[in-house]
Amino acid sequence: MRPSIARLFALAVLAIAGDAHADSLPARFEDAAAAARGQTVYFNAWGGNERINAYIAWAGERVRALHGVRLRHVKLADTAEAVARVLAEKTAGRDDGGSVDLIWINGENFAAMKQAGLLAGPFVHLLPGFGMVDVETKPTTTVDFTIPVEGLEAPWGMAQLVFLHDRARVPKPPRRIADFPAWAAAHPGRFTYPAPPDFTGTTFLKQALHATIGDPSVLQRAPAPGEAATLSRPLWDFLEALHPYLWRAGRSFPLSDQHLRQLLDDGEIDIAFSFNPGEASSAIAAGLLPETVRTYVLDGGTIANTHFLAIPFNASAKAGAMVVADFLLSPEAQARKQDPRIWGDPTVLAMDKLPAAARALFDALPLGVATLTPAELGPALPEPHPAWMSEIESLWRQRYGT
Amino acid sequence: MSGGGADRQGWLRLAPGVTLAMSLTPIGAGLIGTILPAFGWMPAIGAVDPGLGAWVALLAQLELPGAVMLTVWTGLAGTGLSLALALGFVATSHHRPLFRRLTGWLAPVLSLPHAALAIGLAFMIAPSGWIARLLSPWATGWGVPPDLWTDRDPLGLGLILGLVLKETPYLLLAILAALSHLDPARDLAAARTLGYTPAKAWLKVVGPRLYPLLRLPLYAVLAYALSVVDMALILAPATPPPLSVLILRWFHDPDLALRLQAAAASCLQLGLVGAAILGWAAMETIVTRLARPWLTDGKRGRAGAAARRFLAALQVATLGLSAASIAALALWSVAGRWRFPDDLPAVLSMNAWAAQGRRLAEPAIATLALGLLATAIALALTIACLENEQRRGIRLGSRGLILLYLPLLAPQIAFLPGAQIVMIAAGIDGGALAVLWCHLLYVLPYVFLSLGDAYRRLDMRHVDAASSLGAGPWTILWRVKLPLLLGPLLAAGAVGFAVSVALYVPTVFAGGGRISTLAIEAVNAMAGADRRAIGVAASLQAFLPLVAYALAILVPAAIGRRRVGRAP
Amino acid sequence: MSPGATGGRLDLDKVTLWIGPRQLFEPLTLSLAAGTIASIMGPSGSGKSALLAWIAGVPIPAFRATGRVVLDGRDVTDLAPENRRIGLVAQDDRLFRHLRVGENLEMALPAGEPVAKRHQLAEKSLTQLGLAGFQHRDVAGLSGGERARVSLLRAMLAEPLAVLLDEPFSKLDLPLRSQIRQGFLDYIRNRCVPALIATHDSADAQTAGGPVHILAGPPGILDGF
Repeated sequence: MRPSIARLFALAVLAIAGDAHADSLPARFEDAAAAARGQTVYFNAWGGNERINAYIAWAGERVRALHGVRLRHVKLADTAEAVARVLAEKTAGRDDGGSVDLIWINGENFAAMKQAGLLAGPFVHLLPGFGMVDVETKPTTTVDFTIPVEGLEAPWGMAQLVFLHDRARVPKPPRRIADFPAWAAAHPGRFTYPAPPDFTGTTFLKQALHATIGDPSVLQRAPAPGEAATLSRPLWDFLEALHPYLWRAGRSFPLSDQHLRQLLDDGEIDIAFSFNPGEASSAIAAGLLPETVRTYVLDGGTIANTHFLAIPFNASAKAGAMVVADFLLSPEAQARKQDPRIWGDPTVLAMDKLPAAARALFDALPLGVATLTPAELGPALPEPHPAWMSEIESLWRQRYGT
Repeated sequence: MSGGGADRQGWLRLAPGVTLAMSLTPIGAGLIGTILPAFGWMPAIGAVDPGLGAWVALLAQLELPGAVMLTVWTGLAGTGLSLALALGFVATSHHRPLFRRLTGWLAPVLSLPHAALAIGLAFMIAPSGWIARLLSPWATGWGVPPDLWTDRDPLGLGLILGLVLKETPYLLLAILAALSHLDPARDLAAARTLGYTPAKAWLKVVGPRLYPLLRLPLYAVLAYALSVVDMALILAPATPPPLSVLILRWFHDPDLALRLQAAAASCLQLGLVGAAILGWAAMETIVTRLARPWLTDGKRGRAGAAARRFLAALQVATLGLSAASIAALALWSVAGRWRFPDDLPAVLSMNAWAAQGRRLAEPAIATLALGLLATAIALALTIACLENEQRRGIRLGSRGLILLYLPLLAPQIAFLPGAQIVMIAAGIDGGALAVLWCHLLYVLPYVFLSLGDAYRRLDMRHVDAASSLGAGPWTILWRVKLPLLLGPLLAAGAVGFAVSVALYVPTVFAGGGRISTLAIEAVNAMAGADRRAIGVAASLQAFLPLVAYALAILVPAAIGRRRVGRAP
Repeated sequence: MSPGATGGRLDLDKVTLWIGPRQLFEPLTLSLAAGTIASIMGPSGSGKSALLAWIAGVPIPAFRATGRVVLDGRDVTDLAPENRRIGLVAQDDRLFRHLRVGENLEMALPAGEPVAKRHQLAEKSLTQLGLAGFQHRDVAGLSGGERARVSLLRAMLAEPLAVLLDEPFSKLDLPLRSQIRQGFLDYIRNRCVPALIATHDSADAQTAGGPVHILAGPPGILDGF
């Protein structure tokens, strides 16, 4: 307890003294490793999941032992808070000595930061661990929502939309987007999705858009003005058919995937979904879902993406941030992350690029009672261009959000 | 008096100025930092053309009318109901034994952090909540939760209920404090011998004199109800949400251009609060005028035991619902498995505490340190101001009081984003100092208001006696006044500490998330919708102020006993 | 409403006050007919004020009382003050500070009369006690004698069945005192209600003309003072 108080006061002293020496991105990883020793890295990451928080705490202990880097988890209720903070710092003219060193990020937040020049790098090619990433069969590790990563964020984990159902209550869940309205009509009030702009909610809309739009390839480019409204008409027909039979008749929506999971646990709904294929197993292990819950995917595949780690342009501890990002790519960290008893987040590494000992770590992992094998997970659909997402969100708000 | 003493007197003279500057600087700077972007000036995102673009974009938002209507409705209804409930209860029950018993519970209930209270309340009233669980299946026949819209309802009734739970005890305490200035017992007795029932006597004789003293606390409640963020995130509907939630969403949108629109909406929020307060003040004038003949119409009121019991029951119910909400959180924190419709958890488990206990130690210590420091500084500044007042024979006018109240009247979401930028520019963001400052902003007014009355009512005969024995003003302060004020000092400290523990939005904006407190942990846990994790963080957050209140009550009592024991 | 129509009889039966185990005075028994103005005399601290407050039904937290209060044959001892119809003119000022002089009186008038009539009644009663034109005065600006008279008017306008006056003349300057006292007592007599005046001034008791009761402590108790 005592060191914590000392730390708090040390922090106060630092704040008064203005510990803001310029820190540029090291040119080689060896330089980074040398400079990182003794640095404190403020890792801004969503803090809503105790299992993930525990994992990050573990990673902190490891990087301290291995590299002498102090990792502090700045828990966010929303990743955009960190984006807002970096932006506020830029507004105030603080071009170095920033308060955010590493951000857990992807998609729209990445696109916004990249476009506004709020990111440091490229740095990813400097990380030794990046050599083991499966860039060949996991294209989303280098293209984030159709935006080229260009070395500005290091891949951390894989996500794919999976559906959760309570086997005891729903033995045969709908397996195609087109089947949902009929199922919901037969079971009114037992399905729902989080309201945009929640990430998981918009992913459900994208999945439905992918299934209802005639030619999904148009989703890979930004829509022309007015094009999104025209081409998405089948999506709105689908939602019109579905909404009357949603939870609370589609007039209220859960706030997040976590809220959705809670509704499934409380028995308010029968089908939920998640962006983490290991969610069901680890939630069951944590007592957050009934043991009868199982995972399934839709016929024809589901949307998949990758989540990343990025360093803001004004980070105080860029070297330390690189060392942490590299450690999080290591087989040790990736295998632990994939363990359903720990977190259950699939690895970004290619098994065939790993040394045998490292591969054994992964082979030893249990799959988890409710997790699908890679083969069962089926095809991974690419994320649409971010512009589609904001168009769809805005159209959704016009119809259902007011 | 020695030269050193004169210097220290001079220093004391600065106290009111320093105190006000400390509250007003961040608010003023913050408002500028919000207003400039609202009119198109934010160079960081390339916005350097002043104009009304952000307002045009804001007004084009389809959610806006609904959000504004919801905000106004929930804010006014929450404030009005809280006021009616508090006044109704005091008017009908002031002469009953229950009144004294119940008022003892106000402070602990008030100390419950609003986010924790909202989370607990949400679990109470949800279709799968505790109330439904207790009634199912035997009374309701529900095997699975019904598809009923009892939480986040479209009318915002849940939010209104949450506001009532939070604000009624606050207004009751404000009424009690005001009553201590009025000495209403004699007037009430006079009215009753004229034939007035206790309730009518209170409303016609005490009410009109009480209300002016209640005005500022009431405006603070109104401002809070119109701009609350954390309770709204948990209890308000989301499509559309109240304006404050919409602003937060836009501030946090990855599309940085929305920042300007968010700033414009913050200005709108500020205007809304200002208009509501002005509107309320106008209503006061009208009601005062219309009520004048009613005061003297000679109607004495009827016995009204039913109304009295009803209002007392409502009061007990609101306090009980608050207590039950927190109890639900505590129960969840030790629940192994608790499925619908079980009344209680099927299995109890300390897993959540074991898993989080160690990680929460640091935020808990930070919360404690911040709360204690902020409270200590606020107490020191307050004593300096009051002592200055007493030595120079002046009093803080109502205008000064409004300035002191300003942090409670200005919507947090309207000035904190701007204040964040100013603090970054000053190089003090993200540190303990910035967070401490922001906490002080909110702790100070409460400490000042809690301590001011007791200080001014201090029996000056003790001071004169000490003075005639040759004691200087500082000796008198240390050896006479402060020991006499031990009880009020501790009570004011407990209030300040509770305020600090509950602060969420200011801590997030000032601390850059680097300084994590239990309030932040609780709201973050909420994002994870894991009731056990929420239960641990929120019950820990609710526990600290309760300890502070317990100490504030027990310490003076213990010292008093010791003194009595020593008396010859 | 006409003067003199409201009278009744006020009986006190073995009334005494206690502080803890200490009895303040020998039990008091008296019976007052309408129009009689009786006096209670006793040194300060003898419990006169508390006694009057208790008879009117006002809580006296520091004391305990025994005995009965009977008004027009009805035992009112356990009734709330608003249900007794006993007027009380307290020694300390109990005029309502948020109301003007006239409004204080109008508040005491029974309900039901139109506003204009209420104004008129209040104005008329002020004139009766030499306070013509005081209707719109602020109560804070009144002298001691003016306050005492307004307090009495307010108590009487509520049409009590009995009225209790606690040291009503103690704040008056001597030259004015006898003049105001006379008008005051005449006004009460005209209203024809039983009245009880607590005073320490035997001149007050003499002018009142009714029986005089001296609150005497039980032997050996008050000697300690």
